[in-house]
Amino acid sequence: MESKPVDALNPAKIPAAAAPGRPVASYFRTLGAIVWKDLAAELRSRELLSAMLVFALLVILIFNFALQLDARTRASVTSGVLWVTFIFAGTLGLNRSMAIEKDRGCLDGLLLAPVDRSAIYFGKTIGNLIFMFIIEAIVLPVYSLLYNVNLFNPGLLIVIVLGSVGYVVVGTLLSAMAVQTRTRDVLLPILLFPLVIPVILTAVKASSGFLQAVEMTEIWPSLNLLIAYDVIFIALAFMFFDYVVEE
Amino acid sequence: MPPKPQALKILDIVTLILFLIAVWMVFFYAPLEAVMGQVQRVFYFHVAAGWVGFLGFLLAAIFGGIYLRTGDLKWDRRSLAGVELGLVFSFINIVSGSIWARPIWNTWWTWDPRLVTATIMELVYAAYLMLRQGIENPVRRARFGAVYAILGFVSVPISFLSIRIWRTIHPVVIGSGDPEAVGGFNMTPTMKVVFFFSLFVFTVLFFDLLWNRIRLGEFQHKIEQLKMKVMM
Repeated sequence: MESKPVDALNPAKIPAAAAPGRPVASYFRTLGAIVWKDLAAELRSRELLSAMLVFALLVILIFNFALQLDARTRASVTSGVLWVTFIFAGTLGLNRSMAIEKDRGCLDGLLLAPVDRSAIYFGKTIGNLIFMFIIEAIVLPVYSLLYNVNLFNPGLLIVIVLGSVGYVVVGTLLSAMAVQTRTRDVLLPILLFPLVIPVILTAVKASSGFLQAVEMTEIWPSLNLLIAYDVIFIALAFMFFDYVVEE
Repeated sequence: MPPKPQALKILDIVTLILFLIAVWMVFFYAPLEAVMGQVQRVFYFHVAAGWVGFLGFLLAAIFGGIYLRTGDLKWDRRSLAGVELGLVFSFINIVSGSIWARPIWNTWWTWDPRLVTATIMELVYAAYLMLRQGIENPVRRARFGAVYAILGFVSVPISFLSIRIWRTIHPVVIGSGDPEAVGGFNMTPTMKVVFFFSLFVFTVLFFDLLWNRIRLGEFQHKIEQLKMKVMM
């Protein structure tokens, strides 16, 4: 864990800054370095993923008893249960991933680096997204196993990817904001949930469409909206990240 | 402290008179609606409050944008004033709608797209106030506030779009109505007069309150500065 800041500077970052001649390549190298830093730190501590995973499983367990998930109820609420699980676990991860940057002054270090700020933002976003995908990749088979439903529907997987992108894109921006406040951990869900409602609504709607195997013509409206929101939120986050981290 | 500007004093009085006239018109000038009866009179202030609530959030986002451009804290105070007024008027909008819905829809609340969107809007801006509360540094508070006000203002209409995928029963009185809407009606010319007059009065009321609130914000700012000076 202690070696994390060193890791951030280790392989790719220095050549990135030293190669001004190829801006696109150096941009992606910065991005890769930040993602790699997050993954390496996580690989050594494993505190984030294990917390997210246990939490996700607990949420499913609570839902099981709270909603009496018998065969009939399950058909209609599965997509909702899955999304609430992902969102709650995601909040945990988003909070933590920004908090560790803030606590040891890593964020300041990152910001001091002579790289494009948006590369930092997208690096963090991709890192968070990878964590979220890992959790989803574990939760989905577990859920299938526990409730004997087949969730390996390509349409559903696409919706989960799109929904996670929209959620994490806004979440990373807002978590960068929330860590700089007095109430930090408490604040992130309050800031994040009302803003990502459109993403969640369309994702739930499209997921349940795929799970209940309705006609594609009924799924397309939600799916199109979901893609549009992803694009809108990526653009907004790209525009505003500078203001959020600037001192 | 500078005294209250003459123009603001006059605006206060004009607003009060206009508002009393609007109340009189709603209760005595507007005709009784044939099907819904007295409760339909809620409509005039319901729509007007909704409109100025929206206006408050719109101005908050615009002022927030100007703040991010200029970095002048004056615009942050204006943005905050917009959010606060927007919250109050949207709340009036929701409550008055609920009062109307009880006899007409036979329920205080229903998960209709417009109702849900209004609720989300309240929650977004309540979160805005909580965000500001958690930050001591005024420059950072202003910056985060502006970003969040803009994000919220973009997110709310698209929330409405996505909720719209489900059907609506909320009546649309102006423009084309959904045939499934419950409680729609056609306005008589007198009703239209009252309706547009109350829209106008609420707009005047809004700007009067906004001006007063911004003035209050200036005073708060001044007090903070004086406190800092004493502490130095």
